[in-house]
Amino acid sequence: MGAKMVEFNGWEMPVEYPASIGCGIVNEHMAVRTGVGIFDVSHMGDIRLAGPEALGAVQHISMNDASRLAIGQAQYSALLYPEGTFVDDVIVHRLGEDEYLLVINAGTREKDFNWVRDNTREFDCAVENRSDDFTQIAIQGPKAVDVLQKLTDADLSAVKFYWATRGTVCGLKNILLGRTGYTAEDGFEIYIPPDEETSARVWYEILEAGKEFGAVPCGLGARNTLRLEGKLPLYGHEISDTIDVWEAGLDRFCKMEKPDFIGHEALKRAKARGVKRTLVGLEMVDRGIARDGYKVLDEGGGEIGYVTSGSPAPFLKKNIALAYVPPEQAAIATTLKVEIRGQGVNARVVPTPFYKRPKKA
Amino acid sequence: MSYPDDRRYTKEHEWISADGTIGITDHAQESLGDIVFVELPKVGTELTKGKPFGTVESVKAVSDVYAPISGTVTAANEMLATSPEQVNKDAHGTWMIKIKAKDPAEINALLSAADYEKFVNEEAGH
Repeated sequence: MGAKMVEFNGWEMPVEYPASIGCGIVNEHMAVRTGVGIFDVSHMGDIRLAGPEALGAVQHISMNDASRLAIGQAQYSALLYPEGTFVDDVIVHRLGEDEYLLVINAGTREKDFNWVRDNTREFDCAVENRSDDFTQIAIQGPKAVDVLQKLTDADLSAVKFYWATRGTVCGLKNILLGRTGYTAEDGFEIYIPPDEETSARVWYEILEAGKEFGAVPCGLGARNTLRLEGKLPLYGHEISDTIDVWEAGLDRFCKMEKPDFIGHEALKRAKARGVKRTLVGLEMVDRGIARDGYKVLDEGGGEIGYVTSGSPAPFLKKNIALAYVPPEQAAIATTLKVEIRGQGVNARVVPTPFYKRPKKA
Repeated sequence: MSYPDDRRYTKEHEWISADGTIGITDHAQESLGDIVFVELPKVGTELTKGKPFGTVESVKAVSDVYAPISGTVTAANEMLATSPEQVNKDAHGTWMIKIKAKDPAEINALLSAADYEKFVNEEAGH
């Protein structure tokens, strides 16, 4: 489709599709906020845990409480090191009575799989790397449900956010459809057979079905700006093996009342100690764009932190960033500076997420 | 894509006309994607051939713009502070700065339209 490609963790991935077909990051971003966009996210990995003690295994390696999941339900969670820092963030799907699927990041696929396998040996449960068994396509935006409903017999109106179902999609039987995504918008992610012929056929059938809703193909560029507006963390940026759960502000996905999970002890101690840095949202006040890795300065020009992700926000039409700063400088409306090409440019701490999708009437 | 032959080009994807008007090429704007920010030098700034004189930012990337020749800035396009997307719309019709050349002969030593086009195609692996 003439997309600009980039190497991403060993995958050739589209950054953006051409302006000549109505794409480009801004158009792709806006399509997802106002209509629908289609993403090839096959780079995501999948780990299946199945067996009598699958729940125990999932509980041991993840910070959210998987015992609350009904069959067909999913939750945002994370795999932690004993230090309370991140192996990766994941979506945990409960597929069956004793069957779970972890959807993981591209850059951490091998590491995640080895981690899960090595840390669940005590449990009566099979751990399989299913990453190469699916092509994952994300259909995202307020019109995503209308597009996908044209292609499946599953009743999508009955599938709530962060639930999944199975159905026939584009003639393919028993396809997993999850109402999940990484865009801070309503949408679905579907898991289809990985062979090129099937993947390409389904991809073009979805685009065709989406035509009447203005669907466009979307690349990694828009995926990044969409997730940033929604303050969804990206591994290696907002979360990493040196950042813990409290610093990242992911408290509500971490269930400390769970008796034990990897990282629990360290997080208990860290909580008592208090954090030295915390993730805040910044909005540029003066002209300039904060970018990943730029320094954050206090009003006097002293270095106090760094930008984890920064970009123009196409829907909000502001220059926004996420940054780690000391808690004393994290209050909403605090004026800080971002160092851009040697100059301190004024920014303000603002509430996050920057963007929240409107509730359906 | 066609490149007007009333001007010269650089391998860093700038164009410059005989009177010292400078912009970036259509190929450059297309590679950058949606341009959201253009930072230009003040009038009177001395530029050195091959050194960055400004910055162009798209949604996804920050990119330097290099001086095709040495000289002194005589004008900067202020419209680009509020309408940077103009570069996407018409890269060859949207100037960034005008300079007084230190040595006007430097301009003619740059790439012709045909040579630049050949260079772009080779770079893209066509």
